[in-house]
Amino acid sequence: MLDVVLPILIFAALALALAGALRRIGLWRQGRAAPVQLLAGLAAMPRRYLVDLHHVVARDKVFANTHVATGGGFVLAALLLIAVHGFGLESRVLAWALLAATAVMFVGALRVAARRKDPPARLSRGPWMRLPKSLFAFSVSVFLVTLPAAGVLPAGFGGWALAAVLALVVAWGLGEMFFGMTWGGPMKHAFAGALHLAFHRRPERFGGGRSTGLKPLDLNDASAPLGVGKPVDFTWNQLLGFDACVQCGRCEAMCPAFAAGQPLNPKKLIQDMVVGLAGGTDAAYAGSPYPGMPVGEHGGDVHSPIVLREGRALVDADTLWSCTTCRACVEECPMMIEHVDAIVDMRRHLTMEHGNTPNKGGEVLENLAATDNPGGFDPASRMNWAADLDLPLISARGSAEVLLWLGDGAFDMRNQRTLRALVKVLRAAKVDFAVLGNDELDSGDVARRLGDEATFQSLAARNIATLAQYRFEHIVTCDPHSFHVLKNEYPALGGHYDVSHHSTYISQLMAAGRLALGQWSGGKVTYHDPCYLGRYNGEYEAPRNALKGIGIKVVEMERSGFRSRCCGGGGGAPITDIPGKQRIPDMRMAEINATGADIVAVGCPQCTAMLEGVVGERAEVLDIAELVAAQLAAAPAQRVKEEVTA
Amino acid sequence: MRREDIKQVQGLKVAALVSVGRHPVTGRPRRADFDARAVEMGLSLVAPENMSLLHAGECSPERESALRGYLGMGIGALDVLDQPPEADIVPALEARLREMGARLVLCGARGEMGEASGLVPFLLAERLGWSLVSGLAQIESVDGDSMTVLQALPRGQRRRLKVRLPAVVTVDAAAQAARQSAYGPARRGELRRIEGEVTPDAAARDWNTAPAKKRPKRLKIVKAASARDRFKAAAAKAEGGGGQVLTGLSPQAGAEAILKLLREEGVLR
Repeated sequence: MLDVVLPILIFAALALALAGALRRIGLWRQGRAAPVQLLAGLAAMPRRYLVDLHHVVARDKVFANTHVATGGGFVLAALLLIAVHGFGLESRVLAWALLAATAVMFVGALRVAARRKDPPARLSRGPWMRLPKSLFAFSVSVFLVTLPAAGVLPAGFGGWALAAVLALVVAWGLGEMFFGMTWGGPMKHAFAGALHLAFHRRPERFGGGRSTGLKPLDLNDASAPLGVGKPVDFTWNQLLGFDACVQCGRCEAMCPAFAAGQPLNPKKLIQDMVVGLAGGTDAAYAGSPYPGMPVGEHGGDVHSPIVLREGRALVDADTLWSCTTCRACVEECPMMIEHVDAIVDMRRHLTMEHGNTPNKGGEVLENLAATDNPGGFDPASRMNWAADLDLPLISARGSAEVLLWLGDGAFDMRNQRTLRALVKVLRAAKVDFAVLGNDELDSGDVARRLGDEATFQSLAARNIATLAQYRFEHIVTCDPHSFHVLKNEYPALGGHYDVSHHSTYISQLMAAGRLALGQWSGGKVTYHDPCYLGRYNGEYEAPRNALKGIGIKVVEMERSGFRSRCCGGGGGAPITDIPGKQRIPDMRMAEINATGADIVAVGCPQCTAMLEGVVGERAEVLDIAELVAAQLAAAPAQRVKEEVTA
Repeated sequence: MRREDIKQVQGLKVAALVSVGRHPVTGRPRRADFDARAVEMGLSLVAPENMSLLHAGECSPERESALRGYLGMGIGALDVLDQPPEADIVPALEARLREMGARLVLCGARGEMGEASGLVPFLLAERLGWSLVSGLAQIESVDGDSMTVLQALPRGQRRRLKVRLPAVVTVDAAAQAARQSAYGPARRGELRRIEGEVTPDAAARDWNTAPAKKRPKRLKIVKAASARDRFKAAAAKAEGGGGQVLTGLSPQAGAEAILKLLREEGVLR
């Protein structure tokens, strides 16, 4: 009997899966066009899956092995199932291979079940709780129906009753694994995920590359939407990317806004986008909600606004404005979903179409348009901090080896100390450097992340025009935000530069023996990785090398390197200031204090401001430039003496 | 009061006069702050499509982008009465406002460029023969032919007035700050150029203009021993001392009293 039933079941499930796949593809295709290499993407997909995706999954060794067993076992079992039972190929070898595949899958399913026994809070429940059972159903039933084919049991063993039961269990397994894959069960991640990897909007991320710069809007095209107001405004491969989510919640576990109790959970946001593309409400969502917001009150469809000014839609504006754009979610996501891109896309719509940037957002954007800096300071006062330093202006010299990019920290009294320290270090190493002076404008980082692409592009275009007038080899800056924007976001607008963070440059100066440095004799030091230097640009080593160069042994925090936690200062978050239960910098300072460090070394004006704003007992916040400059002791004095004798 | 709390008034024709502003730090053209607040006040009364924006002056690309700042507040179009710099814009504005049938005209208390005398609303109200209220903090309600407004007085005091329509009102820093200007609506909005009669500014023809000089500020010396004293000095009401309140006088007697005071103070000679 099974000889008849199994092929029917298998091909029925496949046909339904195919229909579901076409429907799902139709849902994604509602999005806007995107430049995607279809064939090259599909060809690259297996490698992207086996290497790049696995690289992220393998951060959790136990689960990586579980997934290899379950997923690998299933793919092999499914192919052999179609061959052996679908087409009825009579081959002992294939049958034994199928037995082995289902056995491996079964072992994987055991591990999945163990994890689901008492799942961590980050995992979604709901349909995901039945997944291990479905895996068992598929692997066990396929194993059993294959035993006769492998010659272990005689054909017709157990009679029709057993065959009927087995057929039912096979149907369950096929229902979850084939039908559910394209009609929206937990297995949807396999289908959507594979295509998402193939048609990813940032193919540069695969093969060890990095792609973190936001994509520019074409403001000359008056018909293009300004950001994303409705789910259809996303590109189709963004919609596909949302659908690939496995709801593992690794993003949620890393999100600083979620931890601070602000109304953002990256996982829920992606699921809300899935609700948006398929239509419906979030009532079926079975994971952690946005802190402080009950599930089931939001919903929408692909042609309705995502955010309403009054009332409820898919997402509340506060959710979008809670993000610090720290990219911890993107870094952690095993499906390589681009949360930050989506959030900025939606912010663009709120800012550029509705002028709804919360709190100080509007004021900051107005300042940027009118004074080219977020604080509204007189642009002619940008160099006041260096009145006594006699800094060489590149406009007077035309060229320099290093162009020192000051950033808006030039207006901030705390950051001015860092800048002065950096100048001291550069002078000690006799670096040929110059500054743009008052011709420098804000890099546009904050404007862009607040969704004001127009102001960003205006600032960027003018900065690029200024920079084009001069010759220099590198740009060095102590602001990772300027660093990122100059390095990764200006190229799309025609500005290509060799940009270094000051920690990178200082560590190079040290390696070249250009700095005479004393040895650190102070207290314990830990290092806080800035998001825009670390996760955005992969620079984890240089700051540590610079500290090592003055004899500092960095006491690492639990969350450091690519898992460093944001200070709360990115993405305009201090400007939009969405309330939560606690402040992100307070949480970070608690982590710093937990190391017992007396000093936290930083490399970003934002981090400095956020961490210094923490009240109560805390480690001292010092920039790497300040720590290095303090060890220069003897060097400048010698130089003065030389000059005097000469 | 939140924007949503104000009831929108049906069928009221509101016009806001807007000018090209000048950023106080960089001098770049922008939407003028007080004018933008006037537009904001208008938007609290009527829907954007029932709100007319009116600008009288030249229209260069730089000025156009500043004017678009008002469109970015969500209004579809702005009428630009083409007037050369040496023109008196009041007659042109008057003609346009009569033609439009506006019942309420909102203006910023003064411009940020040009003469910036703050006189346009007064001259306009005079020519139109409408009532004028200056320094509005808020329009509380509009009821047929009259409206209830709160006028801002020094030190945060407010005076509730009932004003007959049509009226010209001016708005200054006491009114609610203008909403953010959004790029999309600003770009899409329509600038309608309207040719009109040009009246030369006869009064200005004989004027000499010179750069303004900063006037010396009188130092307020506070001798305070404690923070409490300093706070009291900062928050205290100005003490008029010599002032007097005249009630029950005829207009003639009142005017004479004012004239006498102005002579005593040396304002009139």
